[in-house]
Amino acid sequence: MSHTDAYIVGAYEHPTRKADTLSVLRLHADVAIGALDDAGLSKHDIDGYFCAGDLPGLGPATLIEYLDLRVRHIDSTECGGSAPIVHVAHAVQAIATGKCNVALVTLAGRPRAAGAALALRPPDPDSPDVAFEQPYRPSTHNMYAMAARRHMYEFGTTSEQLAWIKVAASHHAQHNANAMLRDVVTVEEVLNSPMVSDPLHRLDCCVMSDGGGAVIVARPEIARSLKRPLVKIRAAAEAQKDSRGGKVDLTYSAAAFSGPEAFAAAGLKPSDIQYVSLYDSFTITVLLQLEDLGFCAKGEGGRFVQDGNLISGVGKLPFNTDGGGLCNNHPANRGGMTKIIEAVRQLRGEAHPAVQVPNCHLALANGIGGSLASRHTAGTLILERM
Amino acid sequence: MNQKTRKIPAPMILPDTQRFWDAANEGKLLIKRCNDCGETHYYPRDVCPFCLSTNTEWQETSGRGTIYSFSTLWRAEVPYTLAFVTLDEGPTMLTNIVDCDPKALEVGQAVRVVFRAAENGQHLPMFTPA
Repeated sequence: MSHTDAYIVGAYEHPTRKADTLSVLRLHADVAIGALDDAGLSKHDIDGYFCAGDLPGLGPATLIEYLDLRVRHIDSTECGGSAPIVHVAHAVQAIATGKCNVALVTLAGRPRAAGAALALRPPDPDSPDVAFEQPYRPSTHNMYAMAARRHMYEFGTTSEQLAWIKVAASHHAQHNANAMLRDVVTVEEVLNSPMVSDPLHRLDCCVMSDGGGAVIVARPEIARSLKRPLVKIRAAAEAQKDSRGGKVDLTYSAAAFSGPEAFAAAGLKPSDIQYVSLYDSFTITVLLQLEDLGFCAKGEGGRFVQDGNLISGVGKLPFNTDGGGLCNNHPANRGGMTKIIEAVRQLRGEAHPAVQVPNCHLALANGIGGSLASRHTAGTLILERM
Repeated sequence: MNQKTRKIPAPMILPDTQRFWDAANEGKLLIKRCNDCGETHYYPRDVCPFCLSTNTEWQETSGRGTIYSFSTLWRAEVPYTLAFVTLDEGPTMLTNIVDCDPKALEVGQAVRVVFRAAENGQHLPMFTPA
């Protein structure tokens, strides 16, 4: 397979968690400018733009006009919260084939300020699944809860084990001044939080927030000309899983396909990874990804996460050291961008000192976009500090 | 039961599955079966998702199955139970479990189909403990 390297040269996370005075386009602009400043590039360097469905109007065209960009490559792949990870994967391909040199990827939104954090897009009547699902009122909560229930049934996973995932995230969030939930919580506190959709409690769920983030991907010669640490995209993969014509199996996610492909392309194995960013819409989402990506065997996720194994400085596999979606933020109801950004911080050695993984040179970021219990897309990135 | 006051949204019916909904109004649960590869599938399509044959036909089910997974959304205005039910004929379908104690439900439990009217009067298949 021919391969041209690409690097993440800029990354920026918006500090806001409630954007009462900022429009969606202002948020996108803020994160684009932040990532350019971080990289040491100007807007005139951008010749590729990548975004998902969080941009209003004609999608990418709206931001390109707002910032008066001149791009020669546009990608508006929409696959929910995993989209920024898939965009980085596509940016690597676009750079490899000469379609662009500097790719900007943005994600932003203000569902919290707009008071629509729980509002899903109205169902599209032309989508063939809608008539057979929407009357039964699947929500994000109850669909993910069904994946948790089935995992408990098949493998004996417990609510206590799931709670450990939130506990680990809270240990990290206490060091993040921007995090929405900074209090360290205990397993007992998670279990005593109100039942939202059984078996998931309130503290098994991510926060709802405004904000966003951006990353810039560039070809090697440009990356080397900049003053930032070199973060190479070692491998990238994407995959879909759905209800498979009625052969429903909720015990695994699309990461079971994207993960092995990324590891094979990188020539690495899970035990090589020193830090993971995992999409944490709910605790169960993390558990399934850990298994599907090969960090533990299928069914062993509960035992793997317990006793603080995901806490930086305590366990074997530090995850989401910014506090993740469970405690920090989940901008625009899409968590993929912040997963990339914290992985970049870790590889640059720019995470908070209390959670920085020593000499971190290999990290993985994984996103799940859509609904874990029906159709969803996984994106996997393996990143290396050069 | 709480379920009595719950509003069920009307399904947005497409022309290729009108037969399914007409049958539901007659108290029958249909699935699609492929005449070429023999597989049954759900949600129903004109095209078999397994072999891409358009030679598919409707098949009436026994209306019996088992709970694959379920969750009750307690924070809803009127709590309700979402479930995946695996039909005896093979496919697993998204549905609701009604007329039950949600806390007494179990994965693997036998259920049978019942029909409930949506806001517009269209009946749709749900399940209750057998």
